[in-house]
Amino acid sequence: MMRPESMSWIVRNLWLIPALPMAAAAVSALLKRSERRLSAGLAIGSMGISLVLSLMAFAEALADPARRVVTFNWMQFGDQWVQLGWLLDPLAAVMLVMVSFVGLLIFIYSLGYMAHDDNFTRFFCFMSLFAGAMLGVVIANSLLLLFMCWEVVGLTSYLLIGFWFHRPAAAAAAKKAFITTRVGDLGLLIGMVWLYGQTGTLLFYNSGAGCLERTAVAGMEAHLTVAGMAVSTAIGLLIFCGAAGKSGQVPLHVWLPDAMEGPTPVSALIHAATMVAAGVYLVARVYPLMSGSALEVVAWVGAITAIFAACIAVAQNDIKRILAYSTVSQLGYMMLGLGVGGVAVGMFHLITHAFFKALLFLGAGSVIHGCTEDQDIRNMGGLRRFMPVTFAAYACGMLALCGFPLFAGFWSKDAILHAAHGWGVSQGPFYLGAVGALLTAFYMTRQMYYVFLGQRRLAEATVSPAAVAAHEIPAEQIEPVVSARTGEVCIIEHPHESPAVTTQPLVVLAVFAVLLGFVGTPAWPWFQSFLAGESAGLDFGRFGEAGLLPLMAVSSLIVFAGLGLGWWFYGRKPILHATDPDALEKIQPGVFHALANRLYVDELYGVTVIALTRFCAGFAAWLDRWIFGGAVRIVAWMVTGVGWLDAGVDRFVVNGGFDEGCRDVARGGRLLSHFQNGRVQNYLRVIAVALVVLAAILLWGRRG
Amino acid sequence: MTPLAGCLLVSALLFSVGLAGALTRRSAILVLAGIELMLNAANLNFIAFWRFGAHPEFLTGLIFVIFSIAVAAAEAAVGLALILAIYRHARTSDVSEITEMKG
Amino acid sequence: MTLPFLILAIMTLAGGVAAMTMRRLVHCALALVVSFAGLSALYLNLGAEFAGLAQLLVYVGAIAILIVFAILLTRGGEGEPEGAFSPAGIVGAVVALAVFAVLAWAVETSGVARAGVTVAAPQITMREIGFALMQRYVLPLEVIALMLTAAMIGAVILALREKRNDSAGDSGAAQKQGLRA
Repeated sequence: MMRPESMSWIVRNLWLIPALPMAAAAVSALLKRSERRLSAGLAIGSMGISLVLSLMAFAEALADPARRVVTFNWMQFGDQWVQLGWLLDPLAAVMLVMVSFVGLLIFIYSLGYMAHDDNFTRFFCFMSLFAGAMLGVVIANSLLLLFMCWEVVGLTSYLLIGFWFHRPAAAAAAKKAFITTRVGDLGLLIGMVWLYGQTGTLLFYNSGAGCLERTAVAGMEAHLTVAGMAVSTAIGLLIFCGAAGKSGQVPLHVWLPDAMEGPTPVSALIHAATMVAAGVYLVARVYPLMSGSALEVVAWVGAITAIFAACIAVAQNDIKRILAYSTVSQLGYMMLGLGVGGVAVGMFHLITHAFFKALLFLGAGSVIHGCTEDQDIRNMGGLRRFMPVTFAAYACGMLALCGFPLFAGFWSKDAILHAAHGWGVSQGPFYLGAVGALLTAFYMTRQMYYVFLGQRRLAEATVSPAAVAAHEIPAEQIEPVVSARTGEVCIIEHPHESPAVTTQPLVVLAVFAVLLGFVGTPAWPWFQSFLAGESAGLDFGRFGEAGLLPLMAVSSLIVFAGLGLGWWFYGRKPILHATDPDALEKIQPGVFHALANRLYVDELYGVTVIALTRFCAGFAAWLDRWIFGGAVRIVAWMVTGVGWLDAGVDRFVVNGGFDEGCRDVARGGRLLSHFQNGRVQNYLRVIAVALVVLAAILLWGRRG
Repeated sequence: MTPLAGCLLVSALLFSVGLAGALTRRSAILVLAGIELMLNAANLNFIAFWRFGAHPEFLTGLIFVIFSIAVAAAEAAVGLALILAIYRHARTSDVSEITEMKG
Repeated sequence: MTLPFLILAIMTLAGGVAAMTMRRLVHCALALVVSFAGLSALYLNLGAEFAGLAQLLVYVGAIAILIVFAILLTRGGEGEPEGAFSPAGIVGAVVALAVFAVLAWAVETSGVARAGVTVAAPQITMREIGFALMQRYVLPLEVIALMLTAAMIGAVILALREKRNDSAGDSGAAQKQGLRA
């Protein structure tokens, strides 16, 4: 480790990056509700400065990819200091830039999206707190510091999902998210404690003494625990539990789709781009701990999640829920990439996914905003004409997500499939991933047809003439029609394009969704080399590697097949009415309903985990009532018997005296209440008399 | 009688005069004035003990009086503001008529 | 026990007694000023120049003026023809007398009355007081400063006219009347 003085300014002051948004959150927590501009300005300003600092850190890592750490003493236990610290390496630098850049764009977008919300100030306070904590997760060089920021991130996620807490669904979703991720965090906590017990430190890197460095890891690998598993593997799996909770891996994925009850910018920032990727980042961070068998688990969990969530996404009708399941599925891909291909493969998909999924969510937000807060895709259709900018951006994001050739998602997903194909353990994850890619293309095509293409299905978004006048809705957005239901003339509000503050971040993100993949193509694997700390040259010859081009062709074919299937089902014949059954539903109603009900995972948990908990609670209650309660009752009977005896004595001997005493006390109280007559001088007089008495007693006593 | 005892007696007298005023006058303002007199009597005690005590070079009594004067200024300001507020509310500054706190 | 001390003590006590016994509130306030001024002179006499001048500035300069203002604003200037004293006033006077008796007794028995300590007046320069305030007592000083600020804000808030709707005209008229008197 270099001495801090010899480090560059940005490394020494890396803590400013998370501290600034946190400070902004602290300040806006104290602001009044009406200080909307100030709070938004604080949040966006601090995020902007953080972005600039992150870019400086990125440049620093680019110039010298060696890992730099700064450590400081935090707290003393006995003779041991608990040390915390931050680090800068290519992995952290990439995440820093991604989080602060996407965060800044989403903050700007929120200006427009949340403009009419009463709790605008609170929203920006929470968002800033989230951004600060997330940046803290990224730069932490201590599992403890990472865990603290991790929990703050979980807290803000809870607060923001339940931002509209007056909606019961949002409040329930917030609780569900918090509790489900807690299940995973318990594993993380146990892993952390175990790690500390094994290595005596929670610093990742500390010039040879950190818990991820060779001596510590070698010691843990040599140490065996239950079932012949190395300690490092066990700890790695426990940490992976936390990552799985946060990143929505099966079986802890149930909270993520419900989390869409939060405002759309929250979904975009927290539940698509950054927080859910924190789990992936955590696994990438502790990668040295992950031995072969732990990575096998990661890969299998990832692959199963990828296909499982993609299946469910096919049958959802809520625009945000489709994206949520898609996010779960893509997170599965990232875990798969980590498991089979290493840090660079998983992280590459994380970064590209952050951009295009944020784009998709923001686009969905724009659509929802334009359709008077309706989220059901069956009620949309034909929005291409009304919202051209949103449509174009959304299409870019959709193609990137599907892995359409040359878009960002293509390169990163292809890297994962390539790695899975070459995995020595099993070919299973590869096939799961390939089918998942087909499904991804299919459900995104379905969504495009439902939302943007075809014809507009619902004309029921009616507004009264008074509302038109009151809100000054532009004339081109409204149209008087005769309602089919009531036969009255009413005015419908057309969907409308969102304001520039909303669409501009979309455009920026769309550019990245198209181009970002080119930093990690096989011919120029700059991203992968950067993470490994090497330099990369342009070499088209690498396309000639064994099996690479055929694999790319296959994966392109898969994507085209998915798009084609989507067209076959949804594009061939326009969907005319919102109430029409889904094309898939007509063919396979049973499967479709199972998928639409999210494969009954929630219900399964309802009858297993929750029922078990309830049974335990009931058993404890029964135990309480009959066993302990019975003992208590026997004692009570005995006491009652003694009581009968006593009562006789009591009634005639004690009671008489007691009643008399009570009467005396009451009389005294009445007497004393005369002093409490509200006259100050009376009180003062009593004090003075008391002083006289007290002083007299003291003086008398001293005299003797 | 030593000078210290003289000071203490003067202070005790002043205190009693202030107390008598605070106990007997009906006007809230004069009650406050009586309290100020009592406070001043205490200050005089501090000065006397400082002046005739064993360690006048430590300045403790003197500094205490300075702080006490500052506190008294704050107390008088708040007290008079309270009297004004009560007067506006109850239309009187007669303490024997202000019995809102009657228990 | 010197002559100046006796004169100043009598002036202070006479002012105090007058302030507590006169019938018109304005007269009381003026007597109070005499008492405060006498006290400040007593401090000077005892060698506490700084405290004496602070006393003069704060009490005679500020608090007395505040009291006069309060008297004017509460129509106290009209005087209290009947009932300047509380109904139970005589009890109060007796209690005050008892307090004095006990205090005098305490002084008498404590031994300071007989111990013949006569120290030469300490030579305290402003410089020493300044150092004491700025070094040893700097924290209390800051606290006092904060408290004065808080008291000022509190006094302003308390004395602010309440709501305009609750008989603002009435209160204004009352004040005008008070000022006239």
